[in-house]
Amino acid sequence: MSLSVQMRHRFQGFALDVDFEAGPGVTALFGRSGAGKTTVVNAVAGLLRPDQGRIALAGRALLDTRRGIDLPPPARRIGYVFQDARLFPHLSVRGNLDYGRRFAPREARPDKAGVTEIIDLLGIGALLDRRPGALSGGERQRVALGRAILSGPRLLLMDEPLAALDEARKAEILPYLERLRDGLGLPILYVSHALPEITRLANTVVLLEHGRVTAAGPAAQVLSDPASGPALGRETGALLEAVVAAQESDGLARLDTPAGPIWVARPDLATGARVRLRIVAQDVMLATEVPRHISALNVLTGIIDSMDTEADGSVLVRLRLGAEAAILSRITGRSRAALQLEVGMPVQAVLKSVSIVEVAPG
Amino acid sequence: MDWLIPEEWQAVALSLKVSFWAVLASLPLGILCAYALARWRFPGRQVLNGLVHLPLILPPVVTGYLLLLGFGRRGLIGAPLAEWFGIVFAFRWTGAALAAAVMAFPLMVRTIRLSIEAVDPKLEQAASTLGARPASVFATVTLPLILPGIIAGSIIAFAKAMGEFGATITFVSNIPGQTQTLPTAIYSQLQIPGGEAQAARLVAISLAVALGALLASEWAGRAVARRISGA
Repeated sequence: MSLSVQMRHRFQGFALDVDFEAGPGVTALFGRSGAGKTTVVNAVAGLLRPDQGRIALAGRALLDTRRGIDLPPPARRIGYVFQDARLFPHLSVRGNLDYGRRFAPREARPDKAGVTEIIDLLGIGALLDRRPGALSGGERQRVALGRAILSGPRLLLMDEPLAALDEARKAEILPYLERLRDGLGLPILYVSHALPEITRLANTVVLLEHGRVTAAGPAAQVLSDPASGPALGRETGALLEAVVAAQESDGLARLDTPAGPIWVARPDLATGARVRLRIVAQDVMLATEVPRHISALNVLTGIIDSMDTEADGSVLVRLRLGAEAAILSRITGRSRAALQLEVGMPVQAVLKSVSIVEVAPG
Repeated sequence: MDWLIPEEWQAVALSLKVSFWAVLASLPLGILCAYALARWRFPGRQVLNGLVHLPLILPPVVTGYLLLLGFGRRGLIGAPLAEWFGIVFAFRWTGAALAAAVMAFPLMVRTIRLSIEAVDPKLEQAASTLGARPASVFATVTLPLILPGIIAGSIIAFAKAMGEFGATITFVSNIPGQTQTLPTAIYSQLQIPGGEAQAARLVAISLAVALGALLASEWAGRAVARRISGA
């Protein structure tokens, strides 16, 4: 099931013009505040009517301004998890969860077992008789998730569901979101301006800047594209998929990545597990010779693919490693001149730090 | 109860009946007006707002006179109503109820409108994304949340109806057992030399009703706040 969005909308001092496709899994709509993310999601939900556009889910038009189609929100059957949860204050948690189920068409309505499954998945079984006012922020967001899923939607929209939460609460909810993504087979359009969430959850990334799509594609590709640099800012970096090849005797885990082997100090990782690695451009040094006598464990050989000078004078270098992998390095303009770097030149990349953003069993 | 003579009892009972029906019959229209004023943007919204509030500003005797012109036996609306449906307002208790409803309407609408404005439209949006169509959204989200406001509006309208004088006496006169309500009964007593003692008892009843209504609507107002905060 895929979602296609093409819309143009103009409001005071701001013009939105986007066109993208969202396939199965999690599609992240990423951009700074004010980039137009919420406007897009509201248009998909039917809460906002764009000036012009076509939005279709699995081939069926939800909105087509040219043909005069504009389905009202209840007819679209799209679950929406709002940043502010929006639980009904006069209903208990149970009442909130049942709300959407009541209106779901029979074939999409989850049965008793299905409801129990979602309640267990979200860990909200103990909260059923409470009122929303008596819940913590994280609990509220989990109930809102459950309520949206139980309405039997064909697509789930999440508008910064974690933005209102502190770090501890975010860490509490992220695993539930991962489980949803992997367990339900429901396409999710996920809006965020927080890179850690995106790197952990997204299969596809759509980058939105000033109301335009500047990049769209598989998460690893978009995030390691230097063109995305300005939008991602200091957090720019590459995303690599890896498999834990072995646990070595000194506590280091050897990971097989498309860029070659990488060692991390993670004795807890099981051999065979699939992990997602993030290498922030800021943490990658470049050398023109194989460096010796340094403490860094991971030194990879690559070829300079491109160099882009950013607004602040720093240079974002993209290195090709092997056939399909790429990483980014951020260096100063002075270093670029001193090393006389050119596109096509082989260089050594010294990784100062590698973070593991997600672990999935093999 | 021997401290009220039968005519006085009649006046109290009639007042209660008139006020009860005045509130009950005008409530659906009151909720509709309050909702329209709070949520809809339409041409003539300010005109509707003015019309609803008119009885608050007009001298009651003018309202009563206008009612007489409109709903009297030969009135613009009164004549066809009497002819086709047999509904007569002039000099009947139903007329007193109509006068009370019109006079209490602004207070009812204002109170309900405030409670509707306190409901976050984002909750109604959320309900619509969960599959509820507009009528269901109103019945399952808006209505339960404004219920305390509806109760408060009804109480305050009831109290206003109990005290309505000017429009009532102008429209349906002051006929004992027919249209003589609590305030018009007090007025009649005060016209009779030595009637002060009887009037005083009716005044005490009026005071008690008004005070009770105020307290009850305060309580309902707090319940609105509690419901909406969801604690």
